[in-house]
Amino acid sequence: MEIAQKESCPLLRRLSPGDWLYALALAGGALFALRQYGGFMDVYDKAILLLTVPGLAAMGFAWKPVRAFLAASTALALVSIALYQGDLARAEQVFFLKYLISSQTAIMWMSALFFIATGAFCLGLAARSDFADATGSALTWCAVTMGTTGLMVRWYESYLIGADVGHIPLSNLYEVFVLFALMTGLLYLYYEGRYATRRMGAFVLLVISAAVAFLLWYTFSREAQEIQPLIPALQSYWMKVHVPANFIGYGAFALAAMVGVADLLVRKGILANRLPPAEVLDDVMYKAIAIGFAFFTIATILGALWAAEAWGTYWQWDPKETWAFIVWLNYATWLHIRLTKGLRGPMLAWWAIAGLVVTAFAFVGVNMFLSGLHSYGSL
Amino acid sequence: MRHRSTLRAVYELLSSMRFAISLLTLLGVASIIGTVVKQNEPYNNYLNQFGPFWFPVFEKLGLYSVYNSFWFLTILGFLVLSTSACILRQTRPMLRDMRGFREHAREASLSSFAHHARFAHGLPAAQAKDAVQAYLLNNGFSTRVNVREDGILLAAKQGSWTRIGYFLAHGAIVLICVGGLLDGNLPLKIQMALGGKQVTTGNQLISRIPDSSRLGVDNWSFRGNVFIPEGKSANTAVLNVQDGILLQDLPFTVSLRKFHLEHYESGMPKRFASDIIITENATGKSVEKTIEVNKPFEFAGVMMYQASFEDGGSRLHLRGHDLRAGGAPRPFATEAVVGEAVALKDAGLDHTLELGSFRAFNIENMAADKPEADTGNFARLEKHLGSGARSPTTKDMQNVGPSIQFKLRDAAGQAREYQNFMQPILQDGAWYLLTGMRDSPSAPFRFMRIPMDDDGRPDSWFAIRRVMLDATRHPEIARRFAATALGADTSPDVRARMQETTARTLELFARGGFESLGKFIESTIPEAERDKAADVFIKILEGSAWEAWKMARADAGLPALVPAAQHSRLLRDTLNATNDSLHYGAPVYFQPVGFDEVRATVLQVTRSPGKPIVYLGSLLLVLGVFAMLYVRERRLFVLIKDTGEALVALSSNRKSMDVEERFRRHRDDLTTLLNPSPRS
Repeated sequence: MEIAQKESCPLLRRLSPGDWLYALALAGGALFALRQYGGFMDVYDKAILLLTVPGLAAMGFAWKPVRAFLAASTALALVSIALYQGDLARAEQVFFLKYLISSQTAIMWMSALFFIATGAFCLGLAARSDFADATGSALTWCAVTMGTTGLMVRWYESYLIGADVGHIPLSNLYEVFVLFALMTGLLYLYYEGRYATRRMGAFVLLVISAAVAFLLWYTFSREAQEIQPLIPALQSYWMKVHVPANFIGYGAFALAAMVGVADLLVRKGILANRLPPAEVLDDVMYKAIAIGFAFFTIATILGALWAAEAWGTYWQWDPKETWAFIVWLNYATWLHIRLTKGLRGPMLAWWAIAGLVVTAFAFVGVNMFLSGLHSYGSL
Repeated sequence: MRHRSTLRAVYELLSSMRFAISLLTLLGVASIIGTVVKQNEPYNNYLNQFGPFWFPVFEKLGLYSVYNSFWFLTILGFLVLSTSACILRQTRPMLRDMRGFREHAREASLSSFAHHARFAHGLPAAQAKDAVQAYLLNNGFSTRVNVREDGILLAAKQGSWTRIGYFLAHGAIVLICVGGLLDGNLPLKIQMALGGKQVTTGNQLISRIPDSSRLGVDNWSFRGNVFIPEGKSANTAVLNVQDGILLQDLPFTVSLRKFHLEHYESGMPKRFASDIIITENATGKSVEKTIEVNKPFEFAGVMMYQASFEDGGSRLHLRGHDLRAGGAPRPFATEAVVGEAVALKDAGLDHTLELGSFRAFNIENMAADKPEADTGNFARLEKHLGSGARSPTTKDMQNVGPSIQFKLRDAAGQAREYQNFMQPILQDGAWYLLTGMRDSPSAPFRFMRIPMDDDGRPDSWFAIRRVMLDATRHPEIARRFAATALGADTSPDVRARMQETTARTLELFARGGFESLGKFIESTIPEAERDKAADVFIKILEGSAWEAWKMARADAGLPALVPAAQHSRLLRDTLNATNDSLHYGAPVYFQPVGFDEVRATVLQVTRSPGKPIVYLGSLLLVLGVFAMLYVRERRLFVLIKDTGEALVALSSNRKSMDVEERFRRHRDDLTTLLNPSPRS
């Protein structure tokens, strides 16, 4: 198992014309937005917009497929916005909106594509078919593209309802479930490329499929997809950073747990000749938990900063806060044991799986079983 | 000596990883308890929940305020100790490690590294040394060269910053815990223990609260609430402690000019904001400010937040309609204030009206619930396509106007709760005044619908009802009904029987509504004929109601009624409402007719000296975590031996797959570097 070699020469020399074009497009887009909409932005908005350019550029340079993914989802979202012509009713009248790229439809496509991708990866694993694996991978890219488009269009649609209603779609359980599926999918695609193996797909896509199944149930039985305006406590800039950071964490932990399952199977000799060796799975698991932990730490701190502004105290042991703390403790301990004690083997994999149970409780269980200030998405 | 070694053992234990991990686990488990038992509720709730036996046990264990309890703080304290001890223990070896290059490493030890390789080199030693040194520099290593008897050792390292990360992250934990302790209720507990402060009950006037329950303006850590009605001001905050309160004097006076409450069309809250004026007590300096959720304001070292809002004593104008048989025919006016109890002595009442709450508007979904047609799966999917703005189920959100909720307590102390709307509400095509009643706070309200007449007023219903329930008028109603129903040529016998039946029906209805009629039918009429009989009774009641209406209008000196289609609906509604009114449980129906709304804001005021410490700790934590996880410490040793052999060895503080990959690259690069192919 070779790790793809990428960092063998300095960055600038490695950049292809495609990279430069991508960076140019990013800069152009940002400047256009600044020129066109700068009047509506405050200094923070502008700073974030400008910092997005080097941020996304670096991401695209380090991970090439991101360029096409961003270009495609941006293009689709822009087409969707253009088709809307500022009129929500057109979602029902225009074919492409109704059946392809209005927010709800795009999210439905995302759901369907994730399911099919899961099937393709399972087939790839069962039949040792590289073609099926490649198909699964391509479908996963399509799914995250549609999902990202869906969220961006949803953002736009919220403003069409009313200027006072418009907000970034990260405000309730429905929206963050879409985000969770996207984040987990993207993280998987990253590790798939980094470790040049597609056989973990069947496992990781399983947890995404579970999330998508919940999302569909939530849509069809609870009509949760309707855009709701923000209650006063959520009307804050912090939401835009706190929520995504949190979901990088949740997504990475979920991925780590599923890779942990594969790791355990390989160690027991099940599917061992179809899956990557245990050392690779172990390494992916560590990488995912490390990135998840780092972002979860940031997210919790951002949450504390927000809480200080909205609720008057940065920490008040609200059930969601407490469970976030428990999740953090759990992975802090995991990392200590692995890094300081140097422990390896099935114990850590079992622990990562248990970690997903704790994480899932913090994510969904708290809203279902405990009451508190974070009750934005009840079931 | 023995003493020394015990201390040493304690230190070893405290600073050990095993101890730290046990603490983290314990802390996690302890935290869960506080999410299972609701925290900081009024003690009565716990007493109800756990019963008289367990309530004091759990209280002793601090389960009602886990995160402030002695044992929880002790665990946190140990975490601080353990982390500090760990830092202390690691400092010296870590600093030594960071600075050192290990340039004296022996060949034997280098070849025991997991990643090492030997190859022949084809350059003179000095040249090889320069080439390797340049290579290492290029790859971000700092290098120390040791020329020794077996050759030249280039000891290189990079990423020593990861060690700094350790200090940052672990120091951050200590900072955050210390800052958190300063902002928790520990300072308050100390003041209560040392300063003799005691909690007092909340049900008394602020001015009567003794000094022993007041905290001075110099208190540097507190969190309390200030309640200010519109047009009023306050200069003390209330701190809820255990089962009582403490008062916190503030260095300023806050007055509320106006509280803004805005809603979206759907009825969801949109904005809570308080327009306040703050005047500093010492200087008299004053500031005007609007505080909103997510937009706090700091003044004189005290942060103020929009925490919630309440009614500040709205005044309601009520019209009392007497519902008792033989009660006052004219409605009387009375007033009530939210949060206060009014003794009702009007019209021979001996009741207390306790106005609990007032809502200036109520947004309800008025869409009729239509059963969904089964349209198949595709249609169901299609309904969920399109924009996220649209709800697949139709909604019609409307403001149905103000409402009040109050308790009516009789002389014996028995109370029932009522919810009355001010404006008529359209239901099933007709307008009604709604009034809800319940016997216990946990039960849902059961609503009586008072029909509105042609003038859009409830007066006709009260008038008809009054006549219909008045036993002295039943013979007259019966006479009139029989006359209308039977026509002029009926025999006096039949007419008399009809009158008798009608009077009997009215009597039964007046006694217990439809229920008494139903019982009467069940006890006297064979089962096969009951449905028919019930129809007859309803017809009699409707006819009687019509006669009663005409009589009531004549009493009031109003012109006679012309029969019209809408009247039959009104008569049916009148009968239903009259029936419900017999189970209403109150002698009077209070119709809200006007209000002067007064809102009150609740501001949270805090002084949190630990906040900057916690924030600094958080920053350090993030830096530390990233440094520890993403700065990789690597040491690369290149031993250029005089024998023409080279030894490359790589060590890393993290064992991961990329170390192996990185080692291979360095080995290959160095092999090429030290064996330049002759130019062709």
